[in-house]
Amino acid sequence: MSPDSGESFEIVAREDYSDVTFMLDIRHPAMARAAKAGQFVIVMEHAQGERIPLTLADFDPARGTITLVIQAVGKTTREMQRNCLAGTTLHAVVGPMGIPSHVGSAGKVLCVGGGLGVAPVFPQARAHARNGATVIGVLGFRNRDAMFWEDRFRGVCDELIVCTDDGSAGLKGLVTRGMEQALAAHPDIDECIAIGPPVMMKACAEVTRPRRIRTVVSLNPVMVDGTGMCGGCRVKIGEGVKFACVDGPDFDAHEVDFDDLMARLARFRPAEGEALRKWEESCRLGAAQPASGERY
Amino acid sequence: MAKKKTIRTIPQARTPMPEQAPRARARNFGEVACGYTLENALVEAERCLQCPDQPCVRGCPVGIDIPSFIAKIAERNHRGAYDVITDTNLLPAVCGRVCPQESQCEGVCTVGDTLEPVAIGRLERFVGDMAIREGWINLPYVEPTGFRVGIVGSGPAGMACAADMAKAGCEVVVYEALHEPGGVLKYGIPDFRLPNEVIDVEIDKLRRLGVRFECNTLVGRLFTIEQMIAEMGFDAVFIGTGAGYPSFMGIPGESLNGVLSANELLTRCNLMRARDFPSFDTPLMPGRRVVVIGAGNTAMDALRVSLRLGAEQAICVYRRSRAEAPARAEEIHHAGEEGVAFRWLTSPVEVLGDAQKRVRGLRCQAMELGEPDASGRRRPVPVPGSEFEIECDSVVYAIGTNANPIVGQTSKLRLDRRGYIETDDDLATSILGVYAGGDIVTGAATVIEAMGAGRRAARSMKAYLGLRDSDVVFAESAPYEARRFGFPPGERGHARLRLA
Ligand SMILES: Cc1cc2nc3c(=O)[nH]c(=O)nc-3n(C[C@H](O)[C@H](O)[C@H](O)COP(=O)(O)OP(=O)(O)OC[C@H]3O[C@@H](n4cnc5c(N)ncnc54)[C@H](O)[C@@H]3O)c2cc1C
Ligand code: SF4
Ligand code: FES
Repeated sequence: MSPDSGESFEIVAREDYSDVTFMLDIRHPAMARAAKAGQFVIVMEHAQGERIPLTLADFDPARGTITLVIQAVGKTTREMQRNCLAGTTLHAVVGPMGIPSHVGSAGKVLCVGGGLGVAPVFPQARAHARNGATVIGVLGFRNRDAMFWEDRFRGVCDELIVCTDDGSAGLKGLVTRGMEQALAAHPDIDECIAIGPPVMMKACAEVTRPRRIRTVVSLNPVMVDGTGMCGGCRVKIGEGVKFACVDGPDFDAHEVDFDDLMARLARFRPAEGEALRKWEESCRLGAAQPASGERY
Repeated sequence: MAKKKTIRTIPQARTPMPEQAPRARARNFGEVACGYTLENALVEAERCLQCPDQPCVRGCPVGIDIPSFIAKIAERNHRGAYDVITDTNLLPAVCGRVCPQESQCEGVCTVGDTLEPVAIGRLERFVGDMAIREGWINLPYVEPTGFRVGIVGSGPAGMACAADMAKAGCEVVVYEALHEPGGVLKYGIPDFRLPNEVIDVEIDKLRRLGVRFECNTLVGRLFTIEQMIAEMGFDAVFIGTGAGYPSFMGIPGESLNGVLSANELLTRCNLMRARDFPSFDTPLMPGRRVVVIGAGNTAMDALRVSLRLGAEQAICVYRRSRAEAPARAEEIHHAGEEGVAFRWLTSPVEVLGDAQKRVRGLRCQAMELGEPDASGRRRPVPVPGSEFEIECDSVVYAIGTNANPIVGQTSKLRLDRRGYIETDDDLATSILGVYAGGDIVTGAATVIEAMGAGRRAARSMKAYLGLRDSDVVFAESAPYEARRFGFPPGERGHARLRLA
């Protein structure tokens, strides 16, 4: 799993779900065996790249692969969208990181995934289903074209509610509408898992807070090492400070300070903007390679 | 040779280290101290009195035979000097640069009673650098024992343990969580103090000894320590995962943007090369006025890196006085030369932010030294009514670290109260066949102590595996090549080593 053993991190399959969302299957038999729901990996696309955390969307010990679903939003993910084709390799993939989600004895579980959180909530839904729980899924997409994995979720959920921003499929509205509907039909839900952008998770926490339903969110702060060494991923949980990479990424939604998380996510935005601009410019100029010209 | 040397006949002044001029170097990442020339080294070597009682050797955590390597330099037998050092120290080029010599060998050097002590560290570095330039390596012929040893973490502790176990004929695999080996030497200590090439050469030597490095492997999560022993066929395991988990103070304003740990600053800059953004993708956004809290080596590195990243001002805030500052004396001196401002006896009380949640200043209070505390240092106590503000746009914490939690979270290893791995005097942990050393056992310490721990653990692991203990290295009667590699050749049941 490094130059010494001669193994590389090969992308064995890729599927595009929309103009921004794509899926990669990466060969990593040891990780496919070790991974549990709720864990994440850190990926470096190339030697000059940054280390970005991505939640595991799936893992298949039999095939020896892990699955990542990526939204091309910044420079690194846009570059991955362009370069990461089946048959290519990644510079580094390390994991599974983080404390696995607690899959307890909950009898009825609400799994909510929005946008980039749809894929990561899948392993949790499946783990609860395998544990014998009744699983109700709520998925949120921009529109019908952005939808993916409905079939996978139908396979593990007892009930599935799809929401789209424009109403082109399922309920029109945000996932919180879907949640309200599910909670109205099932007042006996024991636990809720919500994964998505921070604003969405914050809204989900407010839906369940008055009902006192235990709610778990998976946080995605900026990370570097993912081993607890840099503290860049620290988040405010209740009165304390935790490092999401080793103390999380799952936390009690009702304790999380989401405003703090969102402010800290914006930490490098000016620099990220600059990187993206430079990169887009180099693409527009038709350069096959990024501006520096020394990569790959 | 110099038998009649006395304190009066030796060169009186310590040979200065050629250095880049402070103004120029504060803006580049080139090495600050350029290293002794041959002439420098010969003059400095003459200053050693060859004391019969060798206080310096006792002052060295790994007991390098200092007078003997210095004598070899004076004889212009540099290869001989290298062989003497590498009997005990795997990484002369590294330790010569980063050891706190003033509190170890040089602190007890006889010459230091009257004059400035012999520059042992600089001489050690001279030898280490020459070895790199000349490509020297003492590669023994190793007879495989069939034992497999797993090492977790590729910092100095892991590297030292790996080297000794490989020389003893074991098949050694080093697992590292990051994408490059070297630990703090790579991600923490900046290039102007310890160039990455120096570490790469040392890693490469280990590879040539047969050590395999598996990066991108997070032990505990990808597989556990218990699995290494029970399922993966390792006969013994060494854990050298280092201290991680930087501390913050818990004062208001610490989650403002612009507050970060020195580890994050240094990792982004050194390992991820954010200083070359956007050619490298990792961003950093360095501050223009940077305050660093703390006065250890990490703090000095953060201050000096900030200057090199373009900060107009770098201010060190420390609650005790300069005398208590834990950094190497040379680093504080260099930082001062480069324009770092020091606010001794100053303690932060709040990080101040603006409407965009960005740092705009640090409120501090003055301290004075009171009664000595448990560490023997005088305890700083706040001066009432002394609060003031320092204007800044970045606050960097370098006030120490806590134990890295991952191995503890994922194994049954016994930890101490603070979360560090508990070991006995032989560095054996609570799991049979599993040893640990370095910062993950002692808490943040030094490179040489971590290396020493790696070697000590290796000795215990060899005993555990029934391999001959390498103490024999130092036995006068052993033939030379056996002395160097640990085993009298031909001894039954043990690895046989000879120079290839
Ligand atoms: C900025 C800085 C400057 C310093 N300056 C000096 C100096 O000038 N002089 C000096 O003597 N000392 C200095 N030190 C201290 C010195 O670097 C440390 O004491 C020493 O490196 C400890 O070595 P180690 O092998 O125990 O751990 P480390 O060097 O920390 O190495 C541990 C390695 O283990 C890896 N790891 C952790 N967890 C896992 C896991 N679960 N699986 C796989 N791998 C894992 C880490 O990624 C890391 O690479 C400095 C430290 C810092 C941070
Ligand atoms: S104490 Fe100083 S003078 Fe004496 S042997 Fe050691 S280095 Fe030489
Ligand atoms: S990412 Fe560095 S501590 Fe979590």
